[in-house]
Amino acid sequence: MNEPNHEPPSTGCPASPAELSRRKFLARLSLAVGGLGAVIVTVPVAGFLLAPFFVRRQEVWRSVGKIESFKIGATSAVNYEDPSPLPWAGVTAHTAAWLRRVNADTFIAFSINCTHLGCPVRWLPKANLFMCPCHGGVYYEDGTVAAGPPPLPLPRYPVRVKDGEVQIQTSPFPITK
Amino acid sequence: MLKRFLHRVWDWVDDRTGLPAMIGRMATHLVPPDAKWWYVFGSATLCAFMIQVVTGIALAFSYIPSASEAYATLHFISSEAPFGHFLRGLHYYGASAMVLMVGLHMAQVFLAGSYKFPRELNWATGVLLLAFTLVMGFTGQLLRGDQNAVWTVVVAAEQAGRAPFIGQWLAHVILGGDTVGGATLTRFFAIHVFILPGFIFAFVGLHLWLVLRHGISEPPKPGKPVDPKTYRREYQELIEKSGKPFWPDAAWRDVVFCVAMIVVIALLAMVSGAPQLGKAPDPGIIDATPRPDWYFMWYFAVLALLPPETERYLIIYGPLLVGMVLISLPFLFNRGERSPRQRPWAIAVVLMIVLMITTLWVEGVKSPWSPNFKAQPLPASVVGATNGPVFLGAQLFDDKGCLNCHMIADDGGRRGPDLTEVADRLSKNQMILRIANGAGNMPAYAANLTPAQMDALVTFLQTRKRQLP
Repeated sequence: MNEPNHEPPSTGCPASPAELSRRKFLARLSLAVGGLGAVIVTVPVAGFLLAPFFVRRQEVWRSVGKIESFKIGATSAVNYEDPSPLPWAGVTAHTAAWLRRVNADTFIAFSINCTHLGCPVRWLPKANLFMCPCHGGVYYEDGTVAAGPPPLPLPRYPVRVKDGEVQIQTSPFPITK
Repeated sequence: MLKRFLHRVWDWVDDRTGLPAMIGRMATHLVPPDAKWWYVFGSATLCAFMIQVVTGIALAFSYIPSASEAYATLHFISSEAPFGHFLRGLHYYGASAMVLMVGLHMAQVFLAGSYKFPRELNWATGVLLLAFTLVMGFTGQLLRGDQNAVWTVVVAAEQAGRAPFIGQWLAHVILGGDTVGGATLTRFFAIHVFILPGFIFAFVGLHLWLVLRHGISEPPKPGKPVDPKTYRREYQELIEKSGKPFWPDAAWRDVVFCVAMIVVIALLAMVSGAPQLGKAPDPGIIDATPRPDWYFMWYFAVLALLPPETERYLIIYGPLLVGMVLISLPFLFNRGERSPRQRPWAIAVVLMIVLMITTLWVEGVKSPWSPNFKAQPLPASVVGATNGPVFLGAQLFDDKGCLNCHMIADDGGRRGPDLTEVADRLSKNQMILRIANGAGNMPAYAANLTPAQMDALVTFLQTRKRQLP
């Protein structure tokens, strides 16, 4: 192949030592000043992109219904909203839990997310099992693993009864370690 | 007159920019004479990428990258905008073609040993371009902004979460916060539309520059190994003796193949169209059946079939290892025979990978490990009774979730064994033992069935025998 000539154009006369050291200085100066410019632009960009990940969000209690609307022994899906969603989040701000009324005033709130890869598990009320639609994970009534690939039991969320309302505390998405 | 004027304009542009001369030199660079149809896959990948750029920009005119509106704009593009459905189809099948062509290109280069000296970096930049292409496919699926998109992000975050030390943080970054929400989609939009295409443009440029620098590799001849000491001189001699200008002697095949590919993409876009949109992207809707697009269907199967005890390592280190092996390949084997006839293991590797991906893909489509939530209660004709213990047992078989995972007479799930003729294999006591204790992929039902229920269920199963003709 014919390689184009990559040599810099000749400067005419050979450079003197003073000229060479001046050139070295100018090259270093340009790199240093250029680097400063890059930092001025990059730092705020990196900060803007990364800062949200270092803010701990404030979890809140969300009412999911009146206590009498839950039958003792039954497990039902409840929907609630994330804490302080972005104004344009739309329906993506919603989340769900499987809520079981164990007795008059005890509730358990299970995460709907399979501990394998996070897919939403379904409760089969007659079979008393949670089943995952993705890779076949199955959990017993108490959330322990019954079958398939899940490494951990279904996580539980804090739940309380306040002023006749059942409330679930919002939680970050449960990511299996 | 006009012709003379145009000539003068052309000469002026050439003089002032130097571009026509430069492009002309590149276009007519000499290529080996026998570079025939095997050489079209690289340019076909680039061609597919150009389709993606053009259709992607067009889609961006109507798409709103906001969690609350993306889904609605997708509906608008699919069902109301003129040509919208077709355009989405082009973008989808263009992506499919790009994934397919990048795979074919890679297989061809590997089989022909073209990654060897001096083209190691051609291969390495190609591997990066493969990675960018796959991430583009993945993020593109997310931008559909439907229910499937939400669960795809979640599945990705869960996989990243298995990484040591930084797993939780990585998952957090992928979700765009503590949960899927308003920040998730916009971030993937920026990645899909600005960052990755930028990388792809840059690396395609570098990749092509390297192709020009080292020349298109000559078709391999058995018994003619690559020796870094002499290869360059030999290639130079070959090109000088019998090289043909790339344009048009070789390029016409690229053009024909590229256009044929566009025709196929357009036909597919017209006939079957882009994937239907799923439900709204509401993470609170539990009724979901998340599935990846076809090019990741095989990986979906991998994730289902990995042995659980190795999974937490393989999910992270598996893809990393594959990437490292691919990148380092030309540095480990940069000399020696190029011809696949002298490298039977190379053919074996490609065949094995193709077979593996195909098998996993078929399994992924069938996904026998997923419970069948659509299984219908067994009809009386199959049960063979309308009352009594057999009838009750059949009801329990449905109620207790057995049917979700086991088949009887072509109804039910495929997770566990087909039980249509189970009584021919198992005695009553064996059945009770299995049902009560469960197994690796089956829940134990001891605490879930009363003795009477167990009795009815087993009585029903004992009637499942081969039908005598």
